[in-house]
Amino acid sequence: MTGQGTPRRLEVDRLLDDPRTRIIVCCGSGGVGKTTTAAALGLRAAERGRHVVVLTVDPARRLAQSMGLSKLDNTPRPVPLPPDVPSGASLHAMMLDMKRTFDEIVEAHSDPDRAEQILANPFYQSLSSSFAGTQEYMAMEKLGQLRRSDQWDLIVVDTPPSRSALDFLDAPQRLSRFLDGRLIKLLTAPTRAGGRAYLKVVNAGFTMLANIVTRVIGAQVLRDVQTFVAAMDTMFGGFRERAEDTYRLLQTPGTAFLVVATPEPDALREASYFVERLSEDRMPLAGLVLNRVHRSPAARLSAVRSLAAAEALQPVGAPTTLPNGGGGAPADATGYPLVVAALRLHAERMQLIATERRLAQRFTAAHPGVPVAQILAQPEDVHDLAGLRAVGENFSAD
Amino acid sequence: MRARDSDWEGVRLHVVTGKGGTGKTTVAAALALALASAGGRVLLMEVEGRQGIAQLFDTPPLPYGERKVAVGPGSLGVPGGDVYALAADPESALIEYLEMFYNLRHAGRTLTRLGIVDFVTTIAPGLRDVLLAGKAVEATRRQVRGRRAYDAVVMDAPPTGRIARFLNVATEISGLAKVGPIRGHADTVQGVIRSPLTAVHFVTVLEEMPVQETLDGLAELRGLPGGKLQLGAVMINMVRPTALTDDQLTAAAIGQLDPHELALGLKAAGIDGGLGPDGGADVATALAAELGEHALEVLAQREHRRMLSDTGQPCYELPLITDGMDLAGLYRLAAALQEQGAA
Repeated sequence: MTGQGTPRRLEVDRLLDDPRTRIIVCCGSGGVGKTTTAAALGLRAAERGRHVVVLTVDPARRLAQSMGLSKLDNTPRPVPLPPDVPSGASLHAMMLDMKRTFDEIVEAHSDPDRAEQILANPFYQSLSSSFAGTQEYMAMEKLGQLRRSDQWDLIVVDTPPSRSALDFLDAPQRLSRFLDGRLIKLLTAPTRAGGRAYLKVVNAGFTMLANIVTRVIGAQVLRDVQTFVAAMDTMFGGFRERAEDTYRLLQTPGTAFLVVATPEPDALREASYFVERLSEDRMPLAGLVLNRVHRSPAARLSAVRSLAAAEALQPVGAPTTLPNGGGGAPADATGYPLVVAALRLHAERMQLIATERRLAQRFTAAHPGVPVAQILAQPEDVHDLAGLRAVGENFSAD
Repeated sequence: MRARDSDWEGVRLHVVTGKGGTGKTTVAAALALALASAGGRVLLMEVEGRQGIAQLFDTPPLPYGERKVAVGPGSLGVPGGDVYALAADPESALIEYLEMFYNLRHAGRTLTRLGIVDFVTTIAPGLRDVLLAGKAVEATRRQVRGRRAYDAVVMDAPPTGRIARFLNVATEISGLAKVGPIRGHADTVQGVIRSPLTAVHFVTVLEEMPVQETLDGLAELRGLPGGKLQLGAVMINMVRPTALTDDQLTAAAIGQLDPHELALGLKAAGIDGGLGPDGGADVATALAAELGEHALEVLAQREHRRMLSDTGQPCYELPLITDGMDLAGLYRLAAALQEQGAA
């Protein structure tokens, strides 16, 4: 049945199997299971014969352990695969170290003396370890590096845990805009030669700026920034270029964006924003992955009927629940306390399923062309490769 | 009615953190309502630019200004106090700071055009945090005609992963500004945050990752050099009760419920057919499977609850609101917080 509100099915296996798919970007708001989804996609792709690297940004400890990642060392590490995986396939995984990645750019693009000078600058240290957009920028940078190395035929990226899903696309530009921008030109003006008139205008601006910066944060910060800017001078043009290169790479057909969301209002609202933004920026959206979707093995027994049956066995007013902390037996008013509990639990689950379905339909009504794949909710978190494989099996075509 | 005294007498600035998805903003709002119950004036402030408060209270997006959004529940004949809300953003906070300390407001437009606002608030994240935490501290200490402007301030703070850095403003900024006016401001802000006036509460749900982040966050704040930071409560959100006994939970978790008992009960309830080809027996099997999943969840939740209570911080439990979060739901959560001693 393909009625209104029924989305197209996102054929994940076809996407994974297509050799033209070179990059998969998992994005979405925090807490929706992006990292787990990225890892499960990577494992599934490897099991289907591809050379895969998963680039993850901030994995939960046990998930990292499930892939054999214990060090944050910015290098792809091989993940030992089960013996039944086709030979020739491989899975690597790495955790992004944003400061290390930034340091490497500096080292690669300046002579050793100058690199040392930059790395020791307090302003650089603050910028490279805590600027709000650095992590996003460095994730992009690393993605570009992995792609250029051509060692893998599929790169799966898990985007940084931004407050908003859109930060991933905006932050790199914010950083390059700053490093390449007007403010930097003003700050560096006294150290650059220029036309007389230009110099005069710029110097007026600089004086005011310097005055304010000095009053607000102190003269020493300004000196650090100027030293930093002077040392980085040759690299600035490169920043915008690199950000734009990676941005264009993301727009090519070899990239597939998967928006991950849970069937909850906030996550789906963020997913909607992201879908709209990707389309504005002409980024190739593959579809929505709806994570932690509930199902019932007794779906024919409706919530209404289940509750009515529970009521019939145990009228309202009789004690029905214990505090979750545990304790003794409940008052056995009916002789069927287990059945009453099971029926109420089932009714709750059917209501949850109905809510989730309504939310998913609302998303599809707003974005009818976006295919959807679902991952079923599991009672426990993923701790090992078997768990990741089980998540991946949700994508199986049958 | 107040069941007991507040655990947080003397605390005027409540910092609420938590992992994304745990309902941090909702719990912060409920805490603000609870604190307003005895007629107090409370400011609820967000700092992440998400307009989460406006969505929660179903109002238009909040400007950079304090607006009344709700009235707290009354208590023992005393009418509830007013809850004000503020969506603070670093840009406005910077311009306000310049005006307050340097009379520089007229420069705001020029600064924005030159990118200096971007620079100060984005490139130097320590400055950004000083400005935002500074706004909360300013509201906490503000006096109007010789009286406190607010009896309490509740800050919907950055998430668990960033909270230590956020609260450690003076140290964070020292790498950037060793002396100077902003450094002095940061020291003042940190002085209030690291005093009995402030408590840092953690919101979590009973799931593995949020619980682990809560434990890590508490340990990180305990380990901050200099100490004096008062850890607050662990607020366990979205708690669902179970109807099963311990024996039933254990049996269900290992798949050893008596299918006969279920089938008999279903028959007594009139569910033994009419459900299509499955019939009654299959419904019993399916319900046993659902009970099994539920039992696994409940047992894992108990383990998580034990880990949280082992931290020694007071733990408050907030019920899952299933029919959509609205003002009525917030009042229910506020009442639960009050009963357990949060306000």
